[in-house]
Amino acid sequence: MTASQTDYYAQPGEETTGTVYTSMGGDWADIAQEQAERGDETLVINMGPQHPSTHGVLRLILECDGETVTSIRPGIGFLHTGIEKNMEYRTFTQGTTFVTRMDYVAPLFNEVAYCLSVERLLGIEDQIPQRANDIRVLMMELCRIASHLVAIGTGGMEIGALTVMTIGFREREMILDFFEAVTGLRMNHAYIRPGGVANDLPENGMAQLHDLIKWLEDYLPEYALFCNENPIFKGRMMGIGHMDLSACMALGVTGPMLRSTGYDWDLRKKQPYCGYETYDFETKYWKPTDGWEGCESYSRFRIRLDEMWESLHIVKQAAERLEASVGEPVMVADKKIAWPAQLAVGPDGQGNSHEHIKHIMGDSMEALIHHFKIVTEGFRVPAGQAYVPIESPKGEIGCHVVSDGGTRPYRAHMRDPGFHHLQTVPIQCEGGMISDVVVAVGSIDPVMGGVDR
Amino acid sequence: MSDEKLPGEQKTIDSNVEGADSAPKAGLEREDAEASAPVTRTGMWSDGSPDTSGYGGIVRQYLPRATSERPLPEEHERVVARLEQIVDGATSHVLFDRGELTIFVPREKLLEVASALRDDPHLRYEGFMGVNGVHYPTDAGAELHAVYALQSFTHNRRLRVEVSCPDADPHIPSVCATYPAADWHERETWDMFGIIFDDHPSLTRILMPDDWVGHPQRKDYPLGGIPVEYKGAVVPPPDQRRNYR
Repeated sequence: MTASQTDYYAQPGEETTGTVYTSMGGDWADIAQEQAERGDETLVINMGPQHPSTHGVLRLILECDGETVTSIRPGIGFLHTGIEKNMEYRTFTQGTTFVTRMDYVAPLFNEVAYCLSVERLLGIEDQIPQRANDIRVLMMELCRIASHLVAIGTGGMEIGALTVMTIGFREREMILDFFEAVTGLRMNHAYIRPGGVANDLPENGMAQLHDLIKWLEDYLPEYALFCNENPIFKGRMMGIGHMDLSACMALGVTGPMLRSTGYDWDLRKKQPYCGYETYDFETKYWKPTDGWEGCESYSRFRIRLDEMWESLHIVKQAAERLEASVGEPVMVADKKIAWPAQLAVGPDGQGNSHEHIKHIMGDSMEALIHHFKIVTEGFRVPAGQAYVPIESPKGEIGCHVVSDGGTRPYRAHMRDPGFHHLQTVPIQCEGGMISDVVVAVGSIDPVMGGVDR
Repeated sequence: MSDEKLPGEQKTIDSNVEGADSAPKAGLEREDAEASAPVTRTGMWSDGSPDTSGYGGIVRQYLPRATSERPLPEEHERVVARLEQIVDGATSHVLFDRGELTIFVPREKLLEVASALRDDPHLRYEGFMGVNGVHYPTDAGAELHAVYALQSFTHNRRLRVEVSCPDADPHIPSVCATYPAADWHERETWDMFGIIFDDHPSLTRILMPDDWVGHPQRKDYPLGGIPVEYKGAVVPPPDQRRNYR
């Protein structure tokens, strides 16, 4: 940090009043000497972008008086990869491959948000097969558990509870193994496609799912045992990152942060999609009878913990439905939209099923033409715009898709909850201690891939 | 990208600023950036290419300026009627499409409309869910659109507000005073499209570096990329391949 009387970043016409502290590097001896000469306690600290406690490449610029944070400004954009621009040059189906890389901790929510918007533009919302919707719900709820495990695990690691992280990633890995069996990939699935899902569950899918449910039932209680009454954990979390309902409303906050204020806002209940209205589950939110304060980090942690159990409850219901609907289609019936083939695992990796290759290469010229047209050209989406919000683990996620009637999105913009919620860092942290910044940011649960896109 | 420097690239952050007068008046961040030429698309393949394989004879007007006939379905008509009752001339036109209500607001009315939407007990759109830019180079006089997503927690309703401004005068008033959550979203829209949100507390770039030239999500901004050679054949970058539209 350097201090001077000139503000190099002032707008033309703005006057500098008082000392300007600039966050920049330099020779340590010079900085220490300057600090000693100046005699005030103000420090400007640059936290990140390569800091283990900032959830990826988040940069926080703190102005501190001693150890008290007087001003904090998040700096983002270090992981901006132009995904939205790239999508304008690919077909609507290829768009799934791009959106899944945004929030890489909860990739399936990106895919569902995007696909629901495209389906609304296509006007096929009512034609999605029941089994496809059940698979979507199953995958989303497992993904919610995986995402909450990362939120709790990394949040715990940042305050020194390393075991919470190691067991969190253990359970998450079991879920990702199931994802790999279904979609072919641990992350970046591109599994949910406009019109349905890429392929049905594999042969041993249900057996693996039951093993997974059993595993989660056995091991999820560990988090409560480790953390809920742990005095260090409570001491670090309770009362940190305070944000009440009116602040949440003013800043458009959703998800566990909003529910920690005692408001039961959950889009799965309020604006159902994918058939959530037919599932039996509860919205978890803070209640005055809970025995701890609301609106802060500990209540958010408890809500995430409870939501994992609700998600598991939904997963079991979805599993029952999937057992009853074996063999039903998982892609919309309209062959002008539906991807022509399911996938198969071959000796050289994943690819089209052999029956399909045999069909288009040996049996039917028309099938080959159709395959070629839909894969290279894609399908046309009627002009218009759509925004379908869904409840991701972090809050409301939705994709604003604009179509000009062509085969590619004219514009696609992901409204990522992490981007929106990082705006609340100053209101949560200013006036607190430096060490509490880490807790507050952890309770927001931002994923920079989604924030910067 | 070629090796040639982009306009303005030789400038550095240390260049002298002569004063407030030198700040750009119009939508170009730098005075030497060029305005976009209108785009007309014909056919399915690359524009102007003699290759017409797959040509479908389609001439598409790809700006959907659609309007819904009033009255709208009852619940939505009540929202629009109430808004028009409070703010005179609140909407230039409305669109009810695929179950989503969009109101098009003249930019000089935006602030009044925003506070009415938030505060009126019959409207109560208290949740600001983001603003997103869309660039329509062919929509003469309204090339840049800002699309706001609002959520009423009280009534469990959604509303899309669309405001447009010409490329030559890309100013839209900032709704930060009404919806503090608009802060970063407006910064992103400025960064990506060059829409200047007047009276925003600090309208600086948010995703791109501070000294970046140009606004990447505009349609006249190239995607970038280099030709890739593979086994003797050359694959052009995605935005230069012939393609279906």
